[in-house]
Amino acid sequence: MASTRDLRRRIKSIKNTAQITKAMQMVAASKMRKAQQSALAGRPYAALMNSVLAEVTFHAGDFTHPLLETREIRKRGVILISTDRGLCGALNSNLMREALKFDKDTTVYVAAGRKAAQFVSRTKRQLAAEFSYKDTPLFGEARAISKFAQELFLTGQVDHVDVLYTNFISILSQRPEVRSLLPVGEIKGVVAGVGGEDRFTELFKGATEFLFEPGADQVLGNLLPHYLNFQVYQFLLEAKASEQSARMVAMKNATDNALQLIKDLTLEYNKMRQASITKELLEIATAQMALG
Amino acid sequence: MANTLKLEIVTPEAKTYSEDVEMVTLPGTEGELGIYPMHVPLMTQIVAGELCVLKDGQQHFFAVGEGFAEITGGRVAVLTDMAVNSDDIDEAKAEEARKRAEARQQEKLSEEEMATVTASLVHSLTQLEVKRRHRKS
Repeated sequence: MASTRDLRRRIKSIKNTAQITKAMQMVAASKMRKAQQSALAGRPYAALMNSVLAEVTFHAGDFTHPLLETREIRKRGVILISTDRGLCGALNSNLMREALKFDKDTTVYVAAGRKAAQFVSRTKRQLAAEFSYKDTPLFGEARAISKFAQELFLTGQVDHVDVLYTNFISILSQRPEVRSLLPVGEIKGVVAGVGGEDRFTELFKGATEFLFEPGADQVLGNLLPHYLNFQVYQFLLEAKASEQSARMVAMKNATDNALQLIKDLTLEYNKMRQASITKELLEIATAQMALG
Repeated sequence: MANTLKLEIVTPEAKTYSEDVEMVTLPGTEGELGIYPMHVPLMTQIVAGELCVLKDGQQHFFAVGEGFAEITGGRVAVLTDMAVNSDDIDEAKAEEARKRAEARQQEKLSEEEMATVTASLVHSLTQLEVKRRHRKS
């Protein structure tokens, strides 16, 4: 049985841990609020962009663009958006479980975040590139990732690009999701709402044709890359919001557990202390009786 | 119903504006575009400049950045990277931002950083321009 000194030591060390987790929880909570705000603020733009693009490609007639081209899928690219650091509950393991579902030989991974890169190299899969993004993702970072993906696609190294990220649903629930990014042609008609539930937008059918100014190819040529950049940016924001909320919840649980443990141990410690005092008193009393 | 347009201005940060208006003037790549209700469906690119809204007989001005506009009969959707109402522009702040961006432009920057700096420079210049024009009148 543990001595009182051992118990005291344990209580002290758990107290320290609880302090650390509590601090991390506070940090994550304040970062979460920011990340959540920017993720939610970006949604209307992303949604409108989606519907605009769906309508435009629907009405653009026989217009083709390299980014719209659908090819037979021989090689698949996956942009894996994970966190940089751990201690965020089951977030990354859920994400990696999804990532394992892709075929090992025909899939090339593009990692965003350190955990994703570690995962890809650990499972000995093909890693095309590794990107990092900050606590508050910048549009430039998203542009770099999306540009890389577009190049892979345009040069024919991959025939399809998916994004695997954690969608922010609420503070308590984040779900790993796969969305196809390229070719853009596949979003025709059906619009996947970024974040939250899938949305089907009603296409504007009033006119048979859209006017384009300056020209269809020019407008779409600019719109498509911008759309992809923004899409990736929104994915990063959602992933960040998920990460911070998951971390906050994980740290809150850790703090609660530590406090519970301290309570139990303190009770045990007090019992033990009392027992030893009683024992000592008994001994003194017995000794006195024997003498007297 | 047919005499109003639903105007939506959305930026990555927020939905800036969403109202029924009588007319919109957009800064298109090929020059200014006036949009009235029942306009032909049109998809166009816009450049940084001034967006003018006519609502209840009153004109409102916005400084907008680059982006796209989609016009479908009763709706105008403007997607841009910046949109500020001319009443909300803080001239001193915009001026400061312009100076900062110009100073940054002198430094050696990577391609990515350069694009960001140029964009913010364009934003502050547009804001200043719109603000100044409307102070005089």
